[in-house]
Amino acid sequence: MHSMYRRMVLKGTIAMGAAVTAGLFTPLRALAEWPKTAFEAEAVEGVIKSLYAASSVQDSDQIRLIAPDIAENGTVVPITVDTTLPEVDSISIIAEKNPRPLAASSRLNPKLEGYFATRLKLSQTQNVVAVVQSRGRLYRASKEIKVTVGGCGG
Amino acid sequence: MSTTIKVRAMVSADIATVKAIINHPMTVERLDKATGKVVPAHFIEEVVFSHNGEELLVASCGQAISKNPYFSFKFSGARSGDTLGVIWRDNQGKQDRDEFQIR
Repeated sequence: MHSMYRRMVLKGTIAMGAAVTAGLFTPLRALAEWPKTAFEAEAVEGVIKSLYAASSVQDSDQIRLIAPDIAENGTVVPITVDTTLPEVDSISIIAEKNPRPLAASSRLNPKLEGYFATRLKLSQTQNVVAVVQSRGRLYRASKEIKVTVGGCGG
Repeated sequence: MSTTIKVRAMVSADIATVKAIINHPMTVERLDKATGKVVPAHFIEEVVFSHNGEELLVASCGQAISKNPYFSFKFSGARSGDTLGVIWRDNQGKQDRDEFQIR
């Protein structure tokens, strides 16, 4: 029922979007690459498996996850991932207890430094996990963020 | 020119630091209490950054990214005057793009 509704919505909006943007923009090469399954996974393990087709992740002290200890407003929580691991291919940020835990996953050109910052909505107090892919291996660091007012309203 | 994308890109000691903000509501799927209907999520799925036409970073996003998404990253090999390109696309098929000069 739920997923049927979503399919209907998707069909409608794709048609609408195509009509609006036709001729204005060339199609995005990246259009088909959004990892839908990973973003819809409801557990951290599922997210990692779906994104990287692997489940072995090593804790690393070469990843710094910079975020507030307490977020008074869960709708805007700044997160910075800064790593000294070599040849970083990808950095992902996962909010363990959000209904859809995967927040962002970025693929990096070799010219990029191992650095990625963004702002998250957190539904409640929880661990935020940074997963870094370096030379084909997965590493992680996590930090608990206490949320005073949850960010699921919008 | 895009009205949805703001970028500051500055080079210092061969490393360029990029800070970008995109105007977007980034709403999650929710139930409208008044009508009882499901209001679908509306969020940016993908942002692509490029340097002089070469792809730098592809950020795939979910519903957990805050309203008016902010992204920052750093890269080497940039010079003042180079072009930084940004393209975003959301789950409703809307998209926008713009180019900025690295300072």
